[in-house]
Amino acid sequence: MNLIILVWSYLKARPLTTVLNVILLAVGISVITVLVLFSNQLQERITSNSKGIDLVVGAKGSPLQVILCNVFHIDFPTGNIRLSDAERIARHRLVKKAIPLALGDSYLGFRIVGTNSDYPEFYKAELAAGNWWSSDMEVTLGAVVAEQLKLSPGAKFLSAHGLTSEGHAHQEHPYVVVSVLKRSNTVLDNLILTNIQSIWLAHDLTESGKAPVNPSTLVSRHEAGDSTREVTSLLIQYRNPLAVIQLPRYINSQSNLQAAAPAFETARLFSILGVGADVFRGFAAVLILMSGLSIFIVLYNSMKERRYDLAIMRAMGVNRVRLFMSVVLEGSMLTTLGSAIGLLLGHAALFAFTMTVKESAASGTQAAVFYPEEVWLFVGSIGLGILCSLLPAIQAYKTDIHTVLAGN
Amino acid sequence: MIRVISQTYQYPGSNRISFPDFHFAKGKHGLLLGDSGSGKTTLLHLIGGLLHAQAGRIEVGGVDLASLREYSLDQYRGQHFGFVFQKNHLISALSVEQNLLAAPFFAGLPQEPERVEALLTELGLEGKRKARISELSQGQAQRLVIARALLNRPSVILADEPTSALDDKNCEKVIELLLEASSSHGATLIVATHDQRLKSKIPHYVQL
Repeated sequence: MNLIILVWSYLKARPLTTVLNVILLAVGISVITVLVLFSNQLQERITSNSKGIDLVVGAKGSPLQVILCNVFHIDFPTGNIRLSDAERIARHRLVKKAIPLALGDSYLGFRIVGTNSDYPEFYKAELAAGNWWSSDMEVTLGAVVAEQLKLSPGAKFLSAHGLTSEGHAHQEHPYVVVSVLKRSNTVLDNLILTNIQSIWLAHDLTESGKAPVNPSTLVSRHEAGDSTREVTSLLIQYRNPLAVIQLPRYINSQSNLQAAAPAFETARLFSILGVGADVFRGFAAVLILMSGLSIFIVLYNSMKERRYDLAIMRAMGVNRVRLFMSVVLEGSMLTTLGSAIGLLLGHAALFAFTMTVKESAASGTQAAVFYPEEVWLFVGSIGLGILCSLLPAIQAYKTDIHTVLAGN
Repeated sequence: MIRVISQTYQYPGSNRISFPDFHFAKGKHGLLLGDSGSGKTTLLHLIGGLLHAQAGRIEVGGVDLASLREYSLDQYRGQHFGFVFQKNHLISALSVEQNLLAAPFFAGLPQEPERVEALLTELGLEGKRKARISELSQGQAQRLVIARALLNRPSVILADEPTSALDDKNCEKVIELLLEASSSHGATLIVATHDQRLKSKIPHYVQL
């Protein structure tokens, strides 16, 4: 016999109420756990993908769409911009680095991105197999793409027009896989990288074959200042803080260009998503509050039922403080159990989600990650248990042996 | 063993009850006889340290109970007294065996499972070790309470009306059991009762 067995026996003696209280708390905690896991991973993902990108230049349209499309590769392009315009921006004295992107084709739902070697370099991507793409129609696959499509170097495929899997295939120009990237937990995992000419070629825009006299800074082996060829966007790194003010204004003053800052747009996105998260958080808080109240009521009532037990314990040598502690332990044992199950449930729910929803794997959501907030949830629940059992514990502390046992 | 000197007790809003002085020697079982309202439960609780004395002096085993602070009194009570109350008051959340193991745990004494087993066998409860309290008959519950009272090797066993609800046959069985168990475990039995039947079994008594 020890205190734990004693308290556990009391919890076991009323199984239904105990289970109800544990479930109530567990559901509340699991909702918060899922929120914590989800929003933390989303935030990490977003910041790691947009880290270092100061500005995105695309065709006129929604700035949020420009960011979603060109940084996170989830929305559609706002349109294309002329290569000559892109080159002019890239040459601007406030621009340190400019990476061109050409979007528009995909293979089985994975985007094909025409770019140059600066793009994987920017995310510090490393190869798992093969060599970087060098000639036209050669591609490097992201880790998730290779895994899900079971493609390895040497494989060939036909791209489809558009960013969904339904587009018509570009029959004449098959792509060849030359390498696969290591998993980087960035957006690269879900992309198929190639050079910009390949994208043009797939759309039957061939090169002249002559070496360019004045090669473009963005697209090697192509003549600079071409206003007929297009790219989708430019990812820009500022040279100095002065650019924060000057560059977006300069770009937006051009009739067909739109500058969007990832930091600003993602903050805006979070504030929109935040409303939804707040609703869930509120719902979970109500559940947790209800379970706290329920634990309090159950303990308070059981102190009345147990007054003989309490008096007998006192008669048999238990002092007031130990009686008080046993009730506090009962409350906190309930909440400890509830929150432990809740945390487990939260991770399990997210695991089930990642197993069943394909997109979640693409977004890089993982169930087996832990955050410091979860420790606080756990500690907070124990605190809730102590708080809820305080008044019943005081009742137990005040047990008057003589009055109870003499029955008057 | 037990010495009661000029005890009076007054409940708020009622008359003062006065108790005669008396002394029970070690091993000499005694009755506190009195009608309802005579204060026998009050006196029993005063002796057992369940109630603070308002006046006079109560000595148990040479210790003045009034000299003990609450914490030490709790400990003293747990280690030197065994209680048998009129209603059995077992802890229904625990099994038969756990109720017995709880007694030394409550008193802060080492737990001896062999002793628990021996006592269960002695009182004919060996088959009920894992049983719930609700599965026990009235008689079995009473025997379990007696086992619990004996478990910590107390010097005094205080019983409050242990026989009042029983017929003659069962009354005799219970008081025999109490006397036998107390004697064999070296404890002094004190029974507070209005039951005149017990006088034939325990001739030494204090009339209240």
